[in-house]
Amino acid sequence: MSLLINLFLLGFLLIIAIAVMRIHNLMAMAMLFGLYSLLVSGLFVVLDAPDVAFTEAAVGTGISTVLMLVTLASLRNSHEARYPGRLKKGPLLLSLLMGAMLVYGTHDIARLGEPSAPVHQQVGKHYVEKGQQETGIPNLVTAVLASYRGFDTLGEVTVVLTAGLAVLMLLTRPRKPHIKMEARNDP
Amino acid sequence: MTHNLILRVIAKWMIPVILLFALYVQFHGDYSPGGGFQAGVIFTTAFLLHALAYGRDATMRIIPENTLKYLSCLGVLIYAGVGVTSMVRGGNFLDYSRLASTPISGQHIGIILIELGVGITVASVMLLIFFTFSRRVIDQ
Amino acid sequence: MDYAIGHLNYWLIICVMMVGLYTLMSRGNLIKKVAGLNIFQTSVILFYVSLGKLQGGTAPIVSPEFVLYANPLPQVLMLTAIVVGVATTALGFALIVRIKEAYGSMDESEINRMDGTGT
Repeated sequence: MSLLINLFLLGFLLIIAIAVMRIHNLMAMAMLFGLYSLLVSGLFVVLDAPDVAFTEAAVGTGISTVLMLVTLASLRNSHEARYPGRLKKGPLLLSLLMGAMLVYGTHDIARLGEPSAPVHQQVGKHYVEKGQQETGIPNLVTAVLASYRGFDTLGEVTVVLTAGLAVLMLLTRPRKPHIKMEARNDP
Repeated sequence: MTHNLILRVIAKWMIPVILLFALYVQFHGDYSPGGGFQAGVIFTTAFLLHALAYGRDATMRIIPENTLKYLSCLGVLIYAGVGVTSMVRGGNFLDYSRLASTPISGQHIGIILIELGVGITVASVMLLIFFTFSRRVIDQ
Repeated sequence: MDYAIGHLNYWLIICVMMVGLYTLMSRGNLIKKVAGLNIFQTSVILFYVSLGKLQGGTAPIVSPEFVLYANPLPQVLMLTAIVVGVATTALGFALIVRIKEAYGSMDESEINRMDGTGT
């Protein structure tokens, strides 16, 4: 049953991805992108990942959409993307080739939810069995995130901070008060 | 943006609820889905809603941009500080078991503190990015 | 048939990824390119999380009523990847804003023509 819901949502996801690709109005694309993220977070709930679903719902439908709209608002007169309607052969061939290779690669992956898959045998098994004993926290995702992989998370937080600083450096105008004053006094 | 009465009234009721939910997600993340990353972005969405309904300047009066700059660095400092504290107390970097008398309570304290650091940094960086972009819109 | 049902999930995710890759490569508009990159990213995230799913399992929050849990490791890695992803997307948008200011255009081929390296 959950597989059926999963496939249904994935079908919708594919349709919205194609719509995002084809639509010319960028404002409409931003809205479609919010819808896309909402579907993705629904998929995460079906895949037993409520923590990830939480993040995706807040980031994708909230912050990402608003960010896209603000960017579009600061780029005036460019809400329409112009390009020829026909398919481009080179990119199409390349992406089809890559898709075919990845589908061939999935032969080695176990079926969805197979208990004997290698993912569930190695370190993941240890987290599930011993996680609560060792950290005293029932939510294993938080335990792994903060305790077992604390170094990793410290790096990620630093990346977020660095990206924020880079945006500030790129978009903050340098202050030139003297030049501005002169320009204003000049009739 | 002067006649959005319905939007403003709804936003006034929604924002405290969203903030409360963000705090719940932050501090109850050990027992239910949630944690620093999620709480940080939910916190930001509350302020985004405020900025969309009341204008960016009203939001910047609540949280000035300079405060956000300090807060975003403070979060990383809290995180790294927990690591250094555990080193001072004789463990490895980020070894929370040394933070309290028993390893389990040490883990609890360490995880809550670093989740707080993550939440502060994520929330303030996201808001800072939004303010920086929206300044471009208004200045043009 | 059993094989196909078990793998259909992965194949659909790969289809979404192909759409993202094609958008990234074929569209000249820079905002469209970032959107394609985002679609690509979400499909990779979905793939990872679906690897961690366990048949009959539940969300990885330990409780006496349940025995089987999904693997928490891919979820942790992807959770941080989403937040870092939106930060880097914002960086991409900032670069686009600056490019638009410098060149007055967001179209790849027009920018290349101005640089004299057009295709």
